[in-house]
Amino acid sequence: MSDLQTPASSPASGAATSDAPTTATAASNASSVQATGGRTLLPRNTLLRHLLVLVLCAVGAVILLESTDLGFNAQIGYVAFYAIAAGGLTLLTGLNGQISLGHGALMAVGAYTTALLLDVEEPLPLVVIFLAAIALTSLVGAVVGVAAARLHGPYLAGATLALAVGLPGLALYFRDFLGGEQGLTVSSPDRPDWFVEGIRTLSGNSASGVKWIAYIAVACLLVTYFLLANLMRSRIGRTWRAVRDQEVAAELSGINLGTWRVLAFLVSAAAAGLAGAVLALVVRLTAPTAFTIVLSLSLLTAIVIGGLGSLLGALIGSALLVFLPRALRDAGESLDMDAAQAAEISYVVYGVILVLVMLFAPAGLVGSIRLAWMKQRARRAGARTRG
Amino acid sequence: MTGISVTFGGIKALTDVSLTVEPGQVHGLIGPNGAGKTTMFNVACGLVRNSEGTITWRGQELRRLRPAQLAGLGIARTLQGVGLFPGLTVLENVMVGAHKHARAGFFSALFAIPTSDRDDARLRERAMTALAELDAADYAGRYPGSLPYPVQKRVALARALVAEPELLLLDEPASGLSEDEMHELGTLIGHLSGRMSVLLVEHHMDLVMRVCDQITVLDSGKQIAAGTPQQVQNDPAVTEAYLGDAVDDTTDVSELAGTDGGTHRG
Repeated sequence: MSDLQTPASSPASGAATSDAPTTATAASNASSVQATGGRTLLPRNTLLRHLLVLVLCAVGAVILLESTDLGFNAQIGYVAFYAIAAGGLTLLTGLNGQISLGHGALMAVGAYTTALLLDVEEPLPLVVIFLAAIALTSLVGAVVGVAAARLHGPYLAGATLALAVGLPGLALYFRDFLGGEQGLTVSSPDRPDWFVEGIRTLSGNSASGVKWIAYIAVACLLVTYFLLANLMRSRIGRTWRAVRDQEVAAELSGINLGTWRVLAFLVSAAAAGLAGAVLALVVRLTAPTAFTIVLSLSLLTAIVIGGLGSLLGALIGSALLVFLPRALRDAGESLDMDAAQAAEISYVVYGVILVLVMLFAPAGLVGSIRLAWMKQRARRAGARTRG
Repeated sequence: MTGISVTFGGIKALTDVSLTVEPGQVHGLIGPNGAGKTTMFNVACGLVRNSEGTITWRGQELRRLRPAQLAGLGIARTLQGVGLFPGLTVLENVMVGAHKHARAGFFSALFAIPTSDRDDARLRERAMTALAELDAADYAGRYPGSLPYPVQKRVALARALVAEPELLLLDEPASGLSEDEMHELGTLIGHLSGRMSVLLVEHHMDLVMRVCDQITVLDSGKQIAAGTPQQVQNDPAVTEAYLGDAVDDTTDVSELAGTDGGTHRG
C-alpha cells in the first residue's frame, strides 16, 4: 500500500497550495501558506518538477509490480483504471464544482471502443486504439458538457444520471454489434518481445499477459496524472477553481463560464475514456452490467474519501475501493466464516468505514491531512512572530 | 448611457436615466436605498438587460453585452460586498483578475511547456504589483476568508485593477470601512482617476463629495439631479430625497435584482 501511494503523491502535493478544497479555506484562518516558494527540493519549473515525480513514481511502480505476485498485479490494474477515471472526476467535481453521475457511462464508451477495435484480425497499435477511445469519449463528454454547463447541483446530477442509466442500454439495443447482456469479450493484445526480455533481465519473473496489461494500466495512470497535474497547477486549473467559487466575479474577470465548464467536462471525459479502455484490457470483458450507476457512484465515493480536488486523494480512494472489500472478505474468512457470509459482511464493514471517514475527515483523507499540516504551519509561524 | 429604463415584472426599476462618464473622471452615482443605483450598475455590466435606452462605449453601441466580454472591452468592476474566490489564495484571486492578459493556452498548460510557466510568472508579477499598490502584498499567500473585511475589499479592488481597465466600476467600495480607511480609499480613487475613468456607487456622502468630478442622483428609479458636487449639494430635490419621506417600500424592487453574487450588502 505504501508503495502504491507514491505514484501521484508529489503531483498532488505540488498542487497542494493551489487546489486547497473549499473546506480548507475556512480552516486556514490562521494560515499563511505561501502560494509559491517555500522550502522545497523540487525544481521550480513545472515541467521538470512533474517529470521528476513521474520518473520516481514509475520506478516505484515497477518495483511494486515486480515484488508482488500476478494476482496482485491484476488488482493494480483495477486500481489503475479506477484511479484514471477518479482523477478526471476530481478535476471536474473538485476543481470546477460540477458533479457527474455519468462517468461510469463515459467509461463504457471508452471500453466498448477498445473492445471493438481489438476484435479484428490485425488490430491497430494499442496507442492508436486508446487515442480513439479517448477521442470518442471526449466527443460524448463535450456534448454532455454543453448541456451540463447550463445546469447546477441536483439538476446536473439528474442529467448525468440519465446518461448513466441510458447509455449502457445501447448495448442491449444494438445486440448484434455490442453483444447485448453478455457483452463483448476483449481479446488480449500481444506482448511485445522487448517487454518479455526486459522483465526477464530486470527481475527474472515471467512476463505473462496479465503483467503486460498491468504495466499498460500503470503507464496510462502515470501519464494521465502527469497531464492532469500539469493542468491543475496552471492557469487553467486556477480558472476552473475561480468558476467554481464565484461565478459572477469570474465572469467579470472575463471568463466565459460556459466555455470553461465544457472544457472541464471534456478533459474529465477524456480521462474516463482512457479508464474505460484500460478497464476493457484488465477485465477482458465489456458488459452493460459493469457500467451501471454503481460504477459512477464508486468513483464519486473514491474522490470524496480521498479528498476532492486532489489526485493523490483520487488514487488513495481508488485503492481503497479495490483493496478494502477484498481485505475485509479475507479477514472474514480467516474468522471461520464461509465465503458467502464473509462477502456479505465485508460490504457492511466497508459501508461503516466510509461513514466513519466522512464523519471524522469530512475534507477527505488527503484534505484532512493537508488541513492539519496547514494548521501546524500556521501555529509555528504564529509562534515565530510572537517569539 | 442614455435613456436607460429597466422593468422587473411590470415594476419600473429605472426610468429614463442617462449618464456619461468622461475619460479620466470620477463619476458618482448616488441616491437613497432602492433608488436603482445597483440596477444601473448591473445594466452597465450586462448583468441586467435594459428594456429601453442605449449604452455607448468608446463611440460604439453595446448590444446584448455579456459580462464576460467586459474585461476585453477594458471595463472592470468590483462587486458589492467583496466577491473574492474563497478557495483561491489572495495572489491567485488577483491573478484571475489578470485573465485577459494571459497568453499561454490549454495545450501548453497540459504538457507544462515552459511558456506556460513564464506566462504565469508574468501574471504573478502583475498581480503582485497590483497588490503592492493597494498595500496588500503581505497577504498574497493567505486565503480571503482569513482576512479582515477591509483587506478583502482592497484585494477585490486589486483584482479589478490588475486588468488595467479604462473604466472601473466601483460598487459601494466604502461599505464596512472605518473613517480612516475611507479616507485612504478616497485618496486612492483620486490617484486612479488619472489612469482610468471611475463610476462610483456609494452611500457615504462625504467620500462621494470629495472624490467625484460629476454626480448623478437617482431616486425611485428616476434621475433627480446631475452635475458637479456643488451643484448637486445645493439642489433642493436632492435634499428632499435624502431628508424627506422619499424612501418608500415599493422602490426596493431593484434590490431584489441586485446580483451581488451572494455576498452581503454593506
